[in-house]
Amino acid sequence: MKEEFTISIFTENHIGLLNRVSIIFTRRHINIESITASESEVPGIYRYTVVVNETREQVEKVVKQIEKQVEIFCAFYHRTEEIVYQEIALYKLPTAAISNGLGLEKLIRDNNARILSLEGEFIVIEKTGHKEETQELLKKLQPFNVLEFVRSGRVAMIKQKENLTHTLVELEKTHHSEYKN
Amino acid sequence: MDALLKMLSDFNGDFEDSKPSSKSNINKITGSEAVLESLIAEGVDLVFGYPGGAIMPVYDALYNYRDKLKHILTRHEQGSVHAAQGYARATGKVGVVIATSGPGATNLITGIADANIDSTPIICITGQVPSHLLGTDAFQETDVVGITSPVTKWDFQITSAEAIPEAFAKAFYLARSGRPGPVVIDITKDAQFAEVDFEYKPCKKVRSYFPYPKVDAAKVNEAAELINNAEKPFVVFGQGVILGKAENEFKTFIEKGGIPAAWTLLGLSALDESHPLNVGMLGMHGNYAPNKLTNECDVLIAVGMRFDDRVTGDVNTYAKQAKVIHIELDPAEINKIIKADVAINGDVKDVLPMLTNIIVNKEYGNWLKEFKKLAEIEKEKIINEELHPTKPGLTMGEVIRIISEKTNGEALVVTDVGQHQMIAARYYGFKNSRSFITSGGLGTMGFCLPAAVGAKMGMPDKQVVAVIGDGGFQMTLQELGTILQSGINLKIVILNNDYLGMVRQWQQLFFDKRYSETEMVNPDFVKIASSYNIESEKVSERNNLEAVIEKMLASESSFVLEVKVEKEDNVFPMIPTGASVSDIRLE
Ligand SMILES: Cc1ncc(C[n+]2csc(CCOP(=O)(O)OP(=O)(O)O)c2C)c(N)n1
Ligand SMILES: [Mg+2]
Repeated sequence: MKEEFTISIFTENHIGLLNRVSIIFTRRHINIESITASESEVPGIYRYTVVVNETREQVEKVVKQIEKQVEIFCAFYHRTEEIVYQEIALYKLPTAAISNGLGLEKLIRDNNARILSLEGEFIVIEKTGHKEETQELLKKLQPFNVLEFVRSGRVAMIKQKENLTHTLVELEKTHHSEYKN
Repeated sequence: MDALLKMLSDFNGDFEDSKPSSKSNINKITGSEAVLESLIAEGVDLVFGYPGGAIMPVYDALYNYRDKLKHILTRHEQGSVHAAQGYARATGKVGVVIATSGPGATNLITGIADANIDSTPIICITGQVPSHLLGTDAFQETDVVGITSPVTKWDFQITSAEAIPEAFAKAFYLARSGRPGPVVIDITKDAQFAEVDFEYKPCKKVRSYFPYPKVDAAKVNEAAELINNAEKPFVVFGQGVILGKAENEFKTFIEKGGIPAAWTLLGLSALDESHPLNVGMLGMHGNYAPNKLTNECDVLIAVGMRFDDRVTGDVNTYAKQAKVIHIELDPAEINKIIKADVAINGDVKDVLPMLTNIIVNKEYGNWLKEFKKLAEIEKEKIINEELHPTKPGLTMGEVIRIISEKTNGEALVVTDVGQHQMIAARYYGFKNSRSFITSGGLGTMGFCLPAAVGAKMGMPDKQVVAVIGDGGFQMTLQELGTILQSGINLKIVILNNDYLGMVRQWQQLFFDKRYSETEMVNPDFVKIASSYNIESEKVSERNNLEAVIEKMLASESSFVLEVKVEKEDNVFPMIPTGASVSDIRLE
């Protein structure tokens, strides 16, 4: 059965690495729902967060293939219940929407959104939340004439104390690097 | 966090410590010279390659290094990469290839993919357009790193001369450590021209790379428990035994356990074929007994192999009755195809002695008799006629048998892909490890001739015999030019059935004998050989076959022997695609 998995990948910051990771998915005909990348708490180590809809068995194999890449430290996969996650969405509306009497201000307040920027002819509204929530707000904003909409990929953390540092220390303990000839 | 940062910064000392470098270690040389010095520092004395615009600075530097670095000019870049593969497979050392940008680099792809799937340590150095032209569709620019990423263990583009020593150190370490594989280093032309303070420190560690897991003793205990309680244990082994240089450890293990062992195509030669516990070849054209009994054993012990579909047949009916123990270095192979009841992630060289230590010394007389019984059936139905035919046409099997007899099973045999490959694997009777070299995972026609050239260069004192089909020979026959120029002594046997035989066999068995585009009108191979000044003979009669083979083997120089074999012979046994190993067909 396919379900949503969030894959966290810890990597070196190397040109071409994102390509190596993405071809692992494409080669197996797996569609990437979203992907984000940023530096982690350890300077020089980056993390990618990838969301896919797949069977657990397939995700497990894919994660091993990802970890096999030389410049990947480690990778983990989690079901949605096991993580805390967030996305951000931006909505561009004409400035006139504020004063058209349809209640934009209340809508923004009720949805925990905010006006990020006022640019003369248009405004940009920001909302963080899960996809369903940002999608719901998009629907509600449509009557105000949404000029542009964009949503980020997911960022996620696991609901456990163990972190990257812990994993790296474990990996060091359970492996050696020496080439014996 | 502090401890981790310390650890990570230690990692940055990835490269062997060489104290405050003595001045003599540092000298300004060009990037091209740095490439060659790096190779020499890694103990390389032989490279295969083909020059061109973007790699010309390296070739120019090579001119001054001729006494230290021998370069073999092949006739096609595909030849260079297969030669490097043959060299690496024969010697266990890293094979090195040099090629130019664009078409030079793309001509390497088949060999790189082949080395990737067969875990062969090679390094391909490709020239690249100057860095300011990257991404401009400059003359002979291709995105080499982009193209090779799916088929390499590691690839890297160098755009400054300073990066050369460190990248090469890393490349060698990665190519040969852990599960070996191909590495591509793409160097822009400006980096080849620029100067660098050259200092070489071998790489001992890459901080994000964990090649050797420490073996979990609890898992080894679990495996031993299963083995000790088994009544019909069965070992299937692959190239991991050879790559891990664990042939002795492997032999000791099966001998103490008394366990019959069968090999995958790439595991062939790791265990002497005359060993009483060697029960033959697995897979599609493997032996009857090991395939049938895969579905009878109670404990299946897989050692350094990856359950390729040519080995397993239908996975849903593969060894379902057995508990599976999988000993494998690459964690991504574990549970990839066949679920393991006990998975031991580790180098077979580390795992096997631990396991041998705690298994009981046993013998399985009746179980071995089952193998013998089935082997007898195969012998009567297939092998006798193949090796000692009663019909007039020559068989591939009798040619291989005679070569085996005359070389005492001790030659290094390199094959191409097709019927002749399966026949060579089945009937040569290998005595020594690393003496069978073939393209397994990729099944690359055209592999044999250049790979045999590389193998011979790596093992000049060995009798090297290339066994090729008429089809595959014509894919890379231009490497006869490399043989001519280098003057090596290589024996080339073309088993000519005037067909793309393996495909024709499938057409006969599964496509109603519709021989679509498999019949070949072939040239005169003897004339081709003689135009390259290579001694050559053609045999189509049984009565002089043995004498000509003797002559070939005794010759002091290279020799092309064309044997006209029966046109429509088939290789049996056979597991049809999608069928179970136990449904292996004898006819
Ligand atoms: C590069 C490449 N192209 C196509 C194939 C498919 N193929 C596998 S075996 C074979 C026939 C090989 O014919 P030949 O070299 O004459 O050997 P034979 O089977 O007759 O011994 C072909 C075409 C392949 N393995 N590799
Ligand atoms: Mg043929």
